[in-house]
Amino acid sequence: MNETPKPIAGTASYLDDRLGAGSFLKRNLRKVFPDHWSFLLGEIALYSFIILLLTGTFLTFWFKPSMGHVEYQGVYEPLKGVMMSEAYASTLHISFEVRGGMLIRQMHHWAALLFVAGMMVHALRVFFTGAYRKPRELNWLIGVLLLTLALAEGLTGYSLPDDLLSGAGLRITEGVAISLPIVGTYITFFLFGGEYPGVDVISRFYTLHILLIPGILLALISAHMVLMWVQKHTQMPGPGRTEHNVVGAPFYPAFMAKAGAYFLFTFACIAGLGTFAQINPIWLFGPYTPADISAGSQPDFYMGFLEGALRLMPAWEINFLGYTLPLSVLIPALVPMGIIMTGLALYPFAEQWVTGDRREHHLADRPRNAPVRTSIGMAAVTFYGILWLLGANDEISTHFHIGLYETTIIGRFAIFLGPAIAYWITYRICIGLQRRDQDILSHGVESGVIKRLPHGEYIEVHVPPAEDIADHLRGKKQIPIVPGDEDKDGIPPKGVRGPIGKLRAKASKFYGTDHVPLDGDGHADGHGHGHDEHAAVGAGDKPRELH
Amino acid sequence: MIGTGISVNSITARRRRHPLARLAVVALALGLLGGGYAVAAPSDSTADAAVASGKADDVAEGKSLFVAHCASCHGLSAEGTSMGPTLVGVGAAAVDFQVSSGRMPAADPSAQAPRKPLGEWVTPEAVRQLAAYVQTLGGGPTIPTKEMVSGGDAAKGGELFRANCIQCHNFVGAGGALTYGKYAPDLNESTPEQIYEAMATGPQAMPVFNDSVVKPENKADIIAYITQVRGQVDPGGFGLGRIGPVTEGLVVWVAGISFMSLAAIWITAKKRKRTSK
Repeated sequence: MNETPKPIAGTASYLDDRLGAGSFLKRNLRKVFPDHWSFLLGEIALYSFIILLLTGTFLTFWFKPSMGHVEYQGVYEPLKGVMMSEAYASTLHISFEVRGGMLIRQMHHWAALLFVAGMMVHALRVFFTGAYRKPRELNWLIGVLLLTLALAEGLTGYSLPDDLLSGAGLRITEGVAISLPIVGTYITFFLFGGEYPGVDVISRFYTLHILLIPGILLALISAHMVLMWVQKHTQMPGPGRTEHNVVGAPFYPAFMAKAGAYFLFTFACIAGLGTFAQINPIWLFGPYTPADISAGSQPDFYMGFLEGALRLMPAWEINFLGYTLPLSVLIPALVPMGIIMTGLALYPFAEQWVTGDRREHHLADRPRNAPVRTSIGMAAVTFYGILWLLGANDEISTHFHIGLYETTIIGRFAIFLGPAIAYWITYRICIGLQRRDQDILSHGVESGVIKRLPHGEYIEVHVPPAEDIADHLRGKKQIPIVPGDEDKDGIPPKGVRGPIGKLRAKASKFYGTDHVPLDGDGHADGHGHGHDEHAAVGAGDKPRELH
Repeated sequence: MIGTGISVNSITARRRRHPLARLAVVALALGLLGGGYAVAAPSDSTADAAVASGKADDVAEGKSLFVAHCASCHGLSAEGTSMGPTLVGVGAAAVDFQVSSGRMPAADPSAQAPRKPLGEWVTPEAVRQLAAYVQTLGGGPTIPTKEMVSGGDAAKGGELFRANCIQCHNFVGAGGALTYGKYAPDLNESTPEQIYEAMATGPQAMPVFNDSVVKPENKADIIAYITQVRGQVDPGGFGLGRIGPVTEGLVVWVAGISFMSLAAIWITAKKRKRTSK
């Protein structure tokens, strides 16, 4: 009964002898993965990518990446007899005549949106928990690269159907390329094979979209996963969790079941959206002609921040010796993208430089416990969010009856004030939450039991927090500060000398100073020493009587 | 086009908060007073043409309606005031468009008069009379017949619509924003006649697409496209307002990411039972 059947045992040992699979699997199937809901967010992107590959392959069977002119003779009545590119006609064919084509096309587009959105929430989780810290900086960089490539993949895919809306996006791409000083014209002619729009761009974007970029994405995603596997996943602080272990469920069977279930959820989400929510109805947009443009032309959401930057930008332009520098296109195209992507890429290294922290970190930070990082993150989210929102300012204006110019003017102020306000609010919330944690550790939690004392006073009995909660709260770690004090000869320590060094010392102090030091053993303010009972509201005037 | 049961009073009441509303009420009262006088006073024969065409009654009725409802802004002989432009030469089409869509009489003198429920007096009959009166003032585009607004070629109309209309009205006529508080309205509620009249007369912020710019048969093509597309059942599911990627992005975050987050929370909430303890 306990013996392995011969066909299985034979095959297994055959493979084992040749691949060494047995020991590999034995080692890796028991790999432990920590459990936290936010650790699954990255998988949204992973599974969306798999669905993108599958649905995308289906679409390539019928899509014709050609800008050759044809007369539409398909089933969609309001376009019959209209001249259009083969790319557009074949996309209409997929939508209306290929069995299941509409569903797969819609799933492909929804999966694309979910892919980028999943990457974004995953990146935010990694950022706010400090999971990019040593030894994971390189994996973080791969992630930033993946996000950038996903935008390029989205842009090329969005352009393929050659409908009026995608043409508007293509026109902006051309505008950005041609606005580059000196090389702009050359790049544009190289990209489009001559004057815009030419006859080449769709087939070129097609190759990029289905071959080059997905290939790189696949390679980088694999590297991302392997690195994560080798370096192990970070875990939230909690009972028994240290920098040297991983507490959680083994890959097989527990984590595999969860990951499998999550794939099915992702599939359900994308299939559900693809079935019930219409996306990119190209038949309504019509075929692209460079002369036509529609009100409410927007890019897909992940390009919205660039659209917003373009809409907010004043019409600045420098004319110098017959050359034009169109700042109104250059700045919005390059600056926000530069701030966000470069900022993301450099953050782990900047933080290391400021804190002087070269240690390995496997325990994640709770966002409140690194208030400056969290506030910087929220300021960046606000910056991005305002640009993104203003990318839809015409829709906001139309549907909420706000003047179009007012939205632009408000946006121009908000883009500078918003991040500052978000920084301050987030910082205060972090400090407040830290105080609350401190309060729970030193005072305990409300038990719900009201006790009447002999002299008539009512108090609420507090009990110590549950073990796991207390451990979770005590997981807060000091952020190191670079020593900046001068010695007795007035010489500052190495690394903080000179103007940049001084700046570093200041930044370090600002970044690392703990305003609410954790005092877990209940001595924080003299209350609760050795007692479980504390005065409730109303007893504040005579707390000492309790001790 | 029969009155929708919402009285003129309730419309003014809703707008009462606007500081200019008081001015409008005073102007309306004065207009009514003056209008009453004008009706009572012996009138000269301005409507000779109409008398000749046997519509004298319409014109006279139209004039009294005009005096009662329009003259406060447009002037007693439609010569225009600082509050409203002259109506000499705008034609019956302009009157039919503005009044049958509820834009006129305007509730308040803002950047643009919105489509709104019709007042009780605005019957097809009254609109016809008012239009007949304004037509006598100096000609202009006339109200299109049923034949002029039907039977167009939608595919041809789609091309013209994309070339001429969508930069303001959006690719399915969902409307769009314009400068200084103005906007291109949603075309979903417009009747074929109103669409034709809008092209012929260029109301509010809209340019005039007269018969030499867009031929009458091409106007019918455009109307055919608009009505055909707006009547279409969205083949891909819910249309999400048909305004493109903005609502799609909203859906992927609000529905997609929320759903996936809840799924993640649900999956990880299932903890393994500790065997010890």
